[in-house]
Amino acid sequence: MMTYFPEEVVEHIFGFLTAHCDRNAASLVVQGVVPPAARLRRNCYAVRPERVAARFPAVRSLTVKGKPHFADFNLVPPDWGGLAAPWIEAFASSPTAAAAGGRGGRAGGGGGGAPLEELRMKRMVVSDECLETLARSFPNFRALVLISCEGFSTHGLAAVATHCRHLREIDLQENEIEDRGPQWLSCFPESCTSLMSLNFACLKGEINVAALERLVSRCPNLRSLRLNRAVSVEALSRILMKAPQLVDLGTGSFWVDHRSEAFHRLISAIERCKSLRSLSGFWDASPLCLPAIYPICSNLTGLNLSYAPAIQGSDLIKLIRHCWKLQRLWVLDCIGDKGLAIVASTCKELQELRVFPSDIYGAGSATVTEEGLVAVSFGCPKLHSLLYFCHQMTNAALITVANNCPNFTRFRLCILEPKKADPLTNQPLDEGFGAIVRSSKGLRRLSLSGLLTDQVFMYIGMYAKKLEMLSIAFAGDSDKGMLYVLNGCKNLRKLEIRDCPFGDGALLENVAKYETMRSLWMSSCDVTLGGCRALAAKMPMLNVEVINERTKAKSRGSPSDFHKVEKCVYRTIAGRGTTPRFVWIL
Amino acid sequence: MEGGRAGFVDDIDNLKATELRLGLPGTDDDDDNDKMEKTKLTVVAKSNKRSLPEADEAECQAEDRSEIDTKSTAPASKAQVVGWPPIRSYRKNSFQAMKSNSKEAEGNGMYVKVSMDGAPYLRKIDLKVYKGYKELREALEVMFKCFSHGMDGCNNNEFAIAYEDKDGDLMLAGDVPWEMFINSCKRLRIMKGHEARGLGSSP
Repeated sequence: MMTYFPEEVVEHIFGFLTAHCDRNAASLVVQGVVPPAARLRRNCYAVRPERVAARFPAVRSLTVKGKPHFADFNLVPPDWGGLAAPWIEAFASSPTAAAAGGRGGRAGGGGGGAPLEELRMKRMVVSDECLETLARSFPNFRALVLISCEGFSTHGLAAVATHCRHLREIDLQENEIEDRGPQWLSCFPESCTSLMSLNFACLKGEINVAALERLVSRCPNLRSLRLNRAVSVEALSRILMKAPQLVDLGTGSFWVDHRSEAFHRLISAIERCKSLRSLSGFWDASPLCLPAIYPICSNLTGLNLSYAPAIQGSDLIKLIRHCWKLQRLWVLDCIGDKGLAIVASTCKELQELRVFPSDIYGAGSATVTEEGLVAVSFGCPKLHSLLYFCHQMTNAALITVANNCPNFTRFRLCILEPKKADPLTNQPLDEGFGAIVRSSKGLRRLSLSGLLTDQVFMYIGMYAKKLEMLSIAFAGDSDKGMLYVLNGCKNLRKLEIRDCPFGDGALLENVAKYETMRSLWMSSCDVTLGGCRALAAKMPMLNVEVINERTKAKSRGSPSDFHKVEKCVYRTIAGRGTTPRFVWIL
Repeated sequence: MEGGRAGFVDDIDNLKATELRLGLPGTDDDDDNDKMEKTKLTVVAKSNKRSLPEADEAECQAEDRSEIDTKSTAPASKAQVVGWPPIRSYRKNSFQAMKSNSKEAEGNGMYVKVSMDGAPYLRKIDLKVYKGYKELREALEVMFKCFSHGMDGCNNNEFAIAYEDKDGDLMLAGDVPWEMFINSCKRLRIMKGHEARGLGSSP
């Protein structure tokens, strides 16, 4: 007899069911015991949306992820898929969902309506039409979070603002949103007073500042507000005067004449925000404007200056000295090793550090090297999450970092030049990364770079037992490398590989492994079409996709089995439906 | 703006640097077939819908030629790799926008003299620093505030911004798009009091 299980347990149980078992039967059994508040997370092609909606009609929170991670870096063609519409429509029109909504009792409006309250989407293609459907179909809708999505415009936002009466959160992170006018902010009705979080930092166009100010005035629970570049400092000051309770702020354009009245008004406004813990934005920020935030720096736990390239090392240092409570810091590499040393001596509570490159295309000005990272490792013992773009790294440095910080859960190192060796010894960085995986037993996510042989994969297979996601580029010597990982990393869920000499041998040796994984991506490796076909034949429950853009360039007969391919493999029990011309399902 | 364009012209001329390759910088492709395939894959893979709306024409051309521009000082054999370094398009696009803005400013600041009748001395401002007429007006207001009191016996904040254009004519600022204005403006003149009346004080 199945008693109440939380969703995570249900998913865990599912994981043990083999491909040949009837998952459908299992999930029908489970249906009745999933509590309505459960959050569902799905890859958008792992299962058909209609089935999810039918099986979990009362679900209130849904997360769907679309394109593979490497789509962020232009490795997936734009028309690949990841459409949001089928999901929204499935939940909007599911009769059981509507019934579930009706049972809950709806105030105002007959026929109930689906009870979906929260929708989170990542790397999906979202249209204005489906945002309109969403807005009209879910009367209790509260939270919309879109990350790295595209395909919609400010008209879609207007629909959400207009029809969702209980909106608490609109969080738009790094989406491509077509600007079709600033009216959407005016679409929030006067009766909307429930907003707690509003993030439109990625919007490129102008906005209706007056409407924004009125909205902020009537939402006393607003905790998080992230503005876009169109919002001037003057407007920011006025908004802050109306919302001194803010905890998280993304500024708009952070430029004003520092000798002006407007600058002094900004200082006063910021000073009043005693609850402010996290700052971001700083578009167009000039160093002369930074002193405006000094009064509240000592309260900050989060700071994102990674979009402010005009703020160089010495100004960053002056600022960081005030921020001794920082837990999360995102900066550009113009902070330099010296700046990172100051971070190390000031920010003893630091848990997460991201250093982004400011000059991608050349050997630019001040950047960071292994020295900066080593300094931080000495000074910040709580560091567990790292994303570090640098021009060079040494084994000695990595070993030191590994010794100082044994608590990494996420370690992503990107040496900008592919296959770059340790500059001190000219050796590969196998030993350095080996030290990291050996020391950080809780490591869940790892990205490698620099010159690496099969040896590093042997270490990873041996020590990285909790590893769930691994990203590899320009590394390894032979199939052995990939096999060390597939055979050794028990908890591996996502493996993404580009430009490595792994071929069909590695792909086909341990096919059972893919059953326990969520996805595998291989591009520009030595896998052939024949290998992919063999995989698909051995593992019929897997969806093996080949993305071959040559078919776009010229239509041909099917290429030979020895043809090297781009590829993506992921688990599915449903099949994909429509596919673009350049995607072959094997 | 001219400075920015020159940089891209250099890159377009330097064809080797913009040659599309999936291979590593400095490596040669032995197999011609592979090279062809890789080139083709790169060509199609590079089609990036997320291009900047405000990118000027030279930038667009350079983007079409290669996924990523090479700095003109990079060695000729260093080619760029698709999708490397692994940075989201959103961030890359933001940087390109900011770079082109700041390059233009550093390259040739557009300094023009600003005069106001009755003020004992002139000022100079860099038109590149402002994003539009509103910012310019606000800056001028601040700059000349100390001279405003007591003019015409009243505390009159009304002023009009006039400028001398390439032809030497005195024009009222605000009629043409901002970009056009900063390219044709040679000198600014602040007109106050009775001169400003009727000209409309908001550009």
